[in-house]
Amino acid sequence: MSSSTGPAPRCELRAVHALVLRELMRLTANPGQVAMLMLQPLLFLFTLGGGLSTLVPDHAVGGSYRSYLFPGVLLMSIQAPALNVGFRLIIDRDSGVLRETLVAPARRTTLLCGICLGGCVSAAAQGAVLIALAPAGGLPYRPLLLLGLLAQLTLCAFALTALGTAIAVRIRRAETFALLLSLTSAPFLFTSGAFVPRSALPGWLDPLAAVNPLAYACDALHGTIRALAGHPATADGAGRLPLAANTAALLLTGLIALYLGARSFDRHQATD
Amino acid sequence: MTEEPPAIRTRGLSKSFGEHQAVCGVDLTVRPGEVFAFLGPNGAGKSTTISMLCTLSRPTAGGATVAGADILTQPHRVRARIGVLFQHSALLPELSLARNLQLRARLHGLSRAQARHRTAHALRLVGLDDRRRDPVRTLSGGLRRRLDIARALLHGPRLLFLDEPTVGLDPPARAELWRHLRTLRTEEGITVFVTTHYLDEAEHCDRLAIIDHGRIAAEDRPDRLKAALGRATIRLRTSDDTKAARTLHEAHGLRPHADPGPDGTLTVPVADTASWLPRLCATLSDRGLQVHSAVATSPTLNDVFFHHTGRHIS
Repeated sequence: MSSSTGPAPRCELRAVHALVLRELMRLTANPGQVAMLMLQPLLFLFTLGGGLSTLVPDHAVGGSYRSYLFPGVLLMSIQAPALNVGFRLIIDRDSGVLRETLVAPARRTTLLCGICLGGCVSAAAQGAVLIALAPAGGLPYRPLLLLGLLAQLTLCAFALTALGTAIAVRIRRAETFALLLSLTSAPFLFTSGAFVPRSALPGWLDPLAAVNPLAYACDALHGTIRALAGHPATADGAGRLPLAANTAALLLTGLIALYLGARSFDRHQATD
Repeated sequence: MTEEPPAIRTRGLSKSFGEHQAVCGVDLTVRPGEVFAFLGPNGAGKSTTISMLCTLSRPTAGGATVAGADILTQPHRVRARIGVLFQHSALLPELSLARNLQLRARLHGLSRAQARHRTAHALRLVGLDDRRRDPVRTLSGGLRRRLDIARALLHGPRLLFLDEPTVGLDPPARAELWRHLRTLRTEEGITVFVTTHYLDEAEHCDRLAIIDHGRIAAEDRPDRLKAALGRATIRLRTSDDTKAARTLHEAHGLRPHADPGPDGTLTVPVADTASWLPRLCATLSDRGLQVHSAVATSPTLNDVFFHHTGRHIS
């Protein structure tokens, strides 16, 4: 809705802070749910990483397979919580709970940014737990590397949260969103190079990888490990683009998604 | 001396969803400090009207001023000045009462210190300060609604919107909630705008508007709306009904009519039973007539609703 005078910036920041805090409190209040979400990536790291390491030669991935898999596992750990923000947005809108947030004296764009940022921080916090297990992924325990991975993972979480939210504001039913996620999550993760180098995938999947944000996220994480740990690059796991380009691509994806989501959010809610 | 501006004033407020006209040309004025009820069945347009007044949805025609701010041009100002309680609670069950309120206060732009101070004040207002550290999931439905009210009051609004606040509550919890609302009005001077489809709740409001199919069918004080039907009666059994009828006609200009039969009664149509019953008894007693029994029957709000809409609300 149009406004002649907007709310004070300080009030807007407080609203964003409240929404981020709310997500973190939700996270800490549900340790069981968090444990369930962490279980899948851990299973992948130890079962798939352990099982396939004997089948995948080291030279194919530029190191041990478990080391190659670790960035993909990190990505998995933030994928579900980041996309859940969009899912919850639809459920909250359907149940009327979202109106409690929208009645705050802040711009809708600000509120959506707060919701996204909350989801991003919450997802990154879950990813941080896995980062702490870096040695299990065959990575050295270096503070700079861990911080670099956390920063990169936070950026990935931001891009995924913004994408999920931008889609969610255009979808009316939670079932449709869930169906869309189940249809796209696995193919996008598979073609990102999270589990096998993209060079090992058929060439006709290249266009999909080119528009796949998870591919850029995966490349960015591989690139971070290479840059900060001196870890040997994988066959193509370190990406076809430099680290800075992958980082910029993720940032741009997140910002565009957030902009489109906020615009749509404002319009859809006003006409409800 | 200037008159205080109305808490709410709407002008031709309308909202349509495609072909469906949910709210149609609503004109309302709610005075500061009053408890105003919006009475109507489900789907009448109550929640849609509240959504527009709270600036959550945009009217397709007309406009409104809420708490001194225009809903179309100053939506943020409106939201800063009002408190809203929707049908569905957004409390986080795992967090404590105080934590829930502090989060809400921050969402409304209050500083940390203000949030703490206002949380303590709001919990005291609704009588939940002794449970501030308990998780919300341990509260009953009625107590949760009281906590919702506390949430809506955190930023010190002068106008409180309540959308069907007692849905799902048992009668004692409903009564308790209303007791708190009346206390709020008395002690804090807050204007309360409440939507309801419970007649007994609307009865206790200062004024009410009946909404049906998106249109205001009637608006006034509950007693006036009922009195306007003119069907309030007092049925008397006296020692001499014929003489009593003549006496009441001569003394008060009333037109009683006696029902035939050995157990017949004298039916006296009046505007307001509460004020007329003692007067009639006193008049008859003064003339030496004994009143054996007196039964007052008044039109109900359901009668009023039926009169204006052609159907019963319950």
